[in-house]
Amino acid sequence: MTGPRTSRYARDVAVVAFAQSDHLRRTDELSEVEMVMPVLHEVLAATGLKAGEIGFTCSGSSDYLAGRAFSFTMTLDGVGAWPPISESHVEMDGAWALYEAWVKIQTGEADTALVYSYGKSSPGSLRDVLTRQLDPYYLAPLWPDAVALAALQAQALVDAGETDESALAAIAARSRADAAANPHAQLRGAVPQGDYQVRPLRTGDCPPVGDGAAAVVLAAGDLARQLCERPAWITGIDHRIEAHGPGLRDLTDSASTRIAAQHAGVFDAPVDTAELHAPFSSQEVVLRKALGLGGSGTDSGSGTDSGFGAVAVNPSGGALAANPMMAAGLIRIGEAAARIHRGASDRAVAHATSGPCLQQNLVAVLEGDPR
Amino acid sequence: MTAASPPEVLRAPLVVEFPFTRSLGPVQGAFLTGLRERVVLGVKASDGRVVVPPVEYDPVTSEEVRELVEVAATGTVTTWAWNDRPRPNQPLGTPFAWVLVKLDGADTALLHALDAPGPDAVHTGLRVRVRWAAERTGAITDIACFEPDETPAAATGATPHDGVFQDAVTGIVAEARLDYVYSPGRAQTAYINALSQRRIVGERCPSCHKVYVPPRGACPTCGVATTDRVEVGPAGTVTTFCIVNIKAKNLDIDVPYVYAHIALDGAGLALHGRIGGIPYDQVRMGLRVEPVWTEGGRYPDHYRPTGEPDADYEAYKELI
Repeated sequence: MTGPRTSRYARDVAVVAFAQSDHLRRTDELSEVEMVMPVLHEVLAATGLKAGEIGFTCSGSSDYLAGRAFSFTMTLDGVGAWPPISESHVEMDGAWALYEAWVKIQTGEADTALVYSYGKSSPGSLRDVLTRQLDPYYLAPLWPDAVALAALQAQALVDAGETDESALAAIAARSRADAAANPHAQLRGAVPQGDYQVRPLRTGDCPPVGDGAAAVVLAAGDLARQLCERPAWITGIDHRIEAHGPGLRDLTDSASTRIAAQHAGVFDAPVDTAELHAPFSSQEVVLRKALGLGGSGTDSGSGTDSGFGAVAVNPSGGALAANPMMAAGLIRIGEAAARIHRGASDRAVAHATSGPCLQQNLVAVLEGDPR
Repeated sequence: MTAASPPEVLRAPLVVEFPFTRSLGPVQGAFLTGLRERVVLGVKASDGRVVVPPVEYDPVTSEEVRELVEVAATGTVTTWAWNDRPRPNQPLGTPFAWVLVKLDGADTALLHALDAPGPDAVHTGLRVRVRWAAERTGAITDIACFEPDETPAAATGATPHDGVFQDAVTGIVAEARLDYVYSPGRAQTAYINALSQRRIVGERCPSCHKVYVPPRGACPTCGVATTDRVEVGPAGTVTTFCIVNIKAKNLDIDVPYVYAHIALDGAGLALHGRIGGIPYDQVRMGLRVEPVWTEGGRYPDHYRPTGEPDADYEAYKELI
């Protein structure tokens, strides 16, 4: 059996299944495990694997969202983690849980992995909660919220002539229009741009706040082919981080995304799909530049002026349509993989971000077997 | 056994407060002490750039950097964002601009608030100066905010500084409070609702048939939802216990007392509760107990002996 078209690692590892919840503003009637469990069942059912047959389980979540300490231990109940399974957790987006699981498979200690992540933002005030991830000496005492920090980045882009308010509005509109075909999305179709939240960002430039979960199954080599008709091979994956302080960085660019993309092999061949974790419309502008996708992002199915030809950017609607914290990055990988599974993509780039103003970025290249 | 019915959503306020006490190193300590003395310090990075606010390690090379310099309290806005609706704890209670300010003599920008009459008064390149807080303690909030200032940039640049001050600040207390509205979810809502009727209701795993009390919504062995409600108890068996000799804060219970694991009849695992109505040194494994409810209590206040003969070890050994 031949491997994927390009292979740079010890083992060929693929995303063989992806599932996600509907992303909703509130899920008061469900505990976290009650929200996550149906997604776990769905993703396992897609592979025919039982929980006990999974080699490694890794999850991503944050206790600060719902204000519950060690909440991930509760959601592990939904996996069936007793007697104890081989398991780990990251206090980050699930894309980084996927990275840990991918490393685990590369070491040969597991052949399959279940990766899931979730965020229940509705119990708290997300903008205030997210200030607590900031440097506690110089930033957190000022309580600059995620919208404010993204707005500083957006204004820097406007000042640099990289975008303007109407271009940002068009990115927002395109994302929600594309999300009309995504039954899990929280915001679909026409959504008014609304008033300024923090100028220059309007309500429409900001992601919806909501609750949701996602899960993927990874498998290595021939097992991946047994579990999935057309596996989405992870032919490259890398993540990089920049200085934390927003005043230490060029906010109009993302060096970490570009370097991660180089190491993941994004630029080695054209991609047809890009799932970008850009919670704010302005951040898509930065990511397009860093990933060489071109285009202003204003046209549906845009990117036609890219050197790589037509790239579908965020055909799922992206994080502007649904942004469950700790899951929205994993969902980018899952959405890109799902397009390969169903034959809508042959080579896709998926991106996840963490921290203020795109501080940390993960880039993965997913490829399907030649048809 | 009854089928699950649609839950009424319960809600309760949940406040999380965490006053972290953080120590400051030689660089951050000097910077925050300097703010108290109306002096703004930066640090020279490996490439000679002046970083303000200063860092302890070079942001590019990660080398330790310690060469402090003083920069001006005036500077230039490098980007800004107008905040029409200030949120709790932010530097100003009236509409203001978030700004990144490159202070004169610095090569990087500092985040803070700018007090300006409106967005039309703010632009990138605007000259600003620090407005000092009246009371300063050695914190980033010693800068109350920035305010517009038409004076052009001083040509002096950064000047060397030894970072030494009287009564140097060596730590900060980072206060934070987050307010949540907690909802317990389907399974625990049913449990709490039953408690209000002085009933203890667990849930049975449809796969392995274990009854979980309190239910958490999922069977951790099978990874499936527990859906069938099962009333357990009221009586149960002490499976193991400990004697508490230290009086807990805000708890009006005389020590010593016994805290026990209690397997309620019909439950697949033990819950825990206080044992009363019996001298502490007579509590034993196998003791049969029942809940004691107090007026207005939302859960059993404690458990007391039923007077039945002790349970046989074989009957509860799997529940220890």
